[in-house]
Amino acid sequence: MTASNSASASSSDSPMIEVEGLNKWYGDFHVLRDIDLTVARGERIVVCGPSGSGKSTLIRCFNHLEEHQQGRIVVDGVTMTQDVKRIEQIRRNVGMVFQHFNLFPHLSVLDNCCISQIWVQKKPRAEAEKTAMEFLERVQIADQAHKYPGQLSGGQQQRVAIARALCMRPEVMLFDEPTSALDPEMIKEVLDVMVELARDGMTMLCVTHEMGFAKTVADRVIFMDQGQIIEQAPPETFFNNPESERTQLFLSQILGH
Amino acid sequence: MGRDIHSRLDMQRSSSERGPLWRDPAVRALVIQAILLLALLGFIAMIVTNTLANLEARGITTGFGFLQERAGFSIPQTLIDYSGDSSYARTFVVGLLNTLLVSGMGIVAATIIGFIVGIARLSSNWLMAKLAAAYVEIFRNIPLLVQILFWYFAVLQALPSPRQSLSLFEAFFLNVRGLVVPAPEPLPGFSATLWALLLAVIAVVGLSVFARRRQARTGKALSVFRLGALILIGLPLAAFLATGRPLAWDVPTLSGFNFNGGVTVIPELVALWLALSIYTASFIAEIVRSGIQSVPQGQVEAARAISLPGDVTLRKIVIPQAMRVIVPQLTSQYLNLTKNSSLATAIGYPDLVAVFAGTALNQTGQAIEIVAITMAVYLLISLVVSALMNLYNARTLLKER
Amino acid sequence: MATRTEMIEARRPPDMRRGVVGWLRANLFNGPFNSVASLLTIVLLAMVLWPLAKWALIDADWLGSTREACTGEGACWVFISARFETIIYGFYPDAARWRVDLVLTMMALLIAWLAIPRLPAKRWVGLFALVGFPIVAYFLLLGGHFGLEAVPTREWGGLMLTLTVATVGIVGSLPIGVVLALGRRSKMPLVRSLCVVFIEFWRGVPLITVLFMASVMLPLFVPTEVEFDKLLRALIGIMFFWSAYMAEVVRGGLQAIPSGQEEAAKALGLGYWRRMGLIVLPQALKLVIPGIVNTFIALFKDTSLVLIIGLFDLLAIIRAGLTDSNWLGFATEGYVFAALMFWIFCFSMSRYSQYIERRLHTGH
Repeated sequence: MTASNSASASSSDSPMIEVEGLNKWYGDFHVLRDIDLTVARGERIVVCGPSGSGKSTLIRCFNHLEEHQQGRIVVDGVTMTQDVKRIEQIRRNVGMVFQHFNLFPHLSVLDNCCISQIWVQKKPRAEAEKTAMEFLERVQIADQAHKYPGQLSGGQQQRVAIARALCMRPEVMLFDEPTSALDPEMIKEVLDVMVELARDGMTMLCVTHEMGFAKTVADRVIFMDQGQIIEQAPPETFFNNPESERTQLFLSQILGH
Repeated sequence: MGRDIHSRLDMQRSSSERGPLWRDPAVRALVIQAILLLALLGFIAMIVTNTLANLEARGITTGFGFLQERAGFSIPQTLIDYSGDSSYARTFVVGLLNTLLVSGMGIVAATIIGFIVGIARLSSNWLMAKLAAAYVEIFRNIPLLVQILFWYFAVLQALPSPRQSLSLFEAFFLNVRGLVVPAPEPLPGFSATLWALLLAVIAVVGLSVFARRRQARTGKALSVFRLGALILIGLPLAAFLATGRPLAWDVPTLSGFNFNGGVTVIPELVALWLALSIYTASFIAEIVRSGIQSVPQGQVEAARAISLPGDVTLRKIVIPQAMRVIVPQLTSQYLNLTKNSSLATAIGYPDLVAVFAGTALNQTGQAIEIVAITMAVYLLISLVVSALMNLYNARTLLKER
Repeated sequence: MATRTEMIEARRPPDMRRGVVGWLRANLFNGPFNSVASLLTIVLLAMVLWPLAKWALIDADWLGSTREACTGEGACWVFISARFETIIYGFYPDAARWRVDLVLTMMALLIAWLAIPRLPAKRWVGLFALVGFPIVAYFLLLGGHFGLEAVPTREWGGLMLTLTVATVGIVGSLPIGVVLALGRRSKMPLVRSLCVVFIEFWRGVPLITVLFMASVMLPLFVPTEVEFDKLLRALIGIMFFWSAYMAEVVRGGLQAIPSGQEEAAKALGLGYWRRMGLIVLPQALKLVIPGIVNTFIALFKDTSLVLIIGLFDLLAIIRAGLTDSNWLGFATEGYVFAALMFWIFCFSMSRYSQYIERRLHTGH
């Protein structure tokens, strides 16, 4: 699948996301420290690190679910400010998938996929439903379109959540631990969808502990600890010759058994 | 990309990227609040001007000076000295005390009935559970005012005249003018009994502290309950008997068309008390039931699994967890009862609303001052109790991450 | 180790039913304490229920027009039946009572439509019930337009007035309550504190002082020349008072919606009002339907308080009847009937709320 590039305001060789000197505090707690990061178009990045290292907070800054205090974030040529219109513009271009799916339980699967097309993109309902069915087809759940989220399994719900995000035809997809809340037998069906998405050239930022996914799909793996980026490298280098001791320790802990 | 190359860019300060002012949420919030404040001030100003104009047109002077004036009406039940010569300020105090009296009596009775009915609803005895459920469904679905009027006009007003009073042991008399009960009259030497009671309370508190410490130290448990009850009843009783029973009862006797002696509880108080207790008890019963049911079955199973005996499970596992649910709701019911006691005015029980916001207001015409004072009293009670409740909630909050 | 080659078919459980005796033994006479308790309860019930039934039904007199019709030992329901029309319509003119009937029928149909889950188009019917119906009812009941004779509110009374007060209170307090609940969660300190003060003020005072305020203070707040209808004043007080309670119920629902819902809506680019209107409120309100209905019940019961400021609702009409010198001494019949009327309304509402609660627990 090709992500639609029509909405992009900037030239296609500029970076998708640019972060400079990003700092964020929760009260006195310094969660993100001097983050610099550039994500190229079509690049697939996996972010990993111990819990509380700030990796989720980082990607939540990219669509302003979290507000940062210092630094600069540019998404698809649009600089993140307090301006509500800009935030809305950025959010249209950024899709997000959450750990706990966050599907709207009072809306059917189809309506979950239509709601933003109708109210944000102002599409006619028929057109919105057509797009929604298209993406539900892609994540192989079109037959459940008229059910409610509560009637689906976790894996099915997460696939719907991916379809819901794709319906806005975003330029970049953020995945916040998409498989952590799933039972083991359902992880694969979600990862399959993500791998296919990556093959189609979608720009992706995934916070995940699925190292198999990182090895097959990622162009770059980023390791974070204590709010900072410790190491970033292509997967072969990252897994075979990690430089920093923290990375080695982390890898030995999650791959060791 | 080292951070020495890129200086820290503060997004708040890079004005070129800010976008128009009106799309900044902080600015929007300020504007909205400014408009709201102006509207509010304008509204208040309008009310004040209108009110002043209206008061002037009606020739009413404002201020609280009227509180010192002579009230000139009598009140059928007063807890402190009061006569027609007393001031409106004293009327206020008398009304407030009467409100507190009926509220206190109501709270005690409603709690007792409510706990009994609530526990009965969980009984394994089908009949008892259904009976308790019927109680709840009947009384909480009938307006309190209807219940008050029913008890007052349909039951108490239908009672016989004093000469044909219903009597119990020739000491308690119930008639259309109220309930007449014997009044205790302490003789010299009675204070010894009171002192003994105080001593007993201190002793029981000390005993339970000692028992807990000893159990913590040696592991030996001591049944404080029975020993405590023995001390609490025995000590004052012993003192009472030793000093030669220095308490007389002023038993009411019929003379002519009315009773002499004893204490007369006016029928308004009885009706209000009955209605408030029965009505509120139906809510308390539901609170108690849901509180007990809120403790997960797994808690009881876990307690059994570590072989805690049944009564320890109840005292240390179930009740503390149920109380966390029950107490806040119970408090709000107590507040409701206190506020509901203002319905007294419908049957003429002299509570705060009836004598102050009713009679005093009609006589003086000081509507704003009197309604404001009355509301302030209830508001104050509510806020104080809520503050205490927040304290309790904060203390009993489960520690979680 | 042996391997199972065939799966075991599911079987029915052994029959454990033990008939009436078994049921009695399990539920009433399990243990000495329970047996005694059961026997005592049965005796008590018999002592109360039999005389009650005898008084209210068997020995009662039902038909007639004067108190002479009451000859039996039991209740004199003639007191009620003789003035039944007044109890329903108050002093509403005879010729215009069809308007009341029409409004009440419409109301019953709307409520039935909304309460029965199977019926479609809930949203539109609900919208009509909240917006269209009050307007229609206003013109029908008050009259003075479209060739309808005007009926001033002082002629309103009885059950019709009770239902009017309750409906206006319900329809008015819910939207105000929702706005207050949202305001209490606002990030703007002034908005938040105003809502908190407003809510806590009304929740802290008894309704009766609010009604006193509405009847003696409100007229002072408006310019001298403005005539302020007594019923309208009471309605304003009732609406504000209950909106504070409604706000707290709705706030409970808002708090129960996981923050992920709002985040997901944000990530899709929905703005504040869309997030609230499309995602958060529909879920929150559905969650607190039982609480909302319970507030309705409390509101309905408390409409009887308008008696104290001199409006003639159902209860006040009955009480007024009791002071009629031809009908002295029927207080029990009067108040029992009033209690029954209120009870029927409140009990049905509470049953409905329990039914909804069960539905919410089992599904979505």
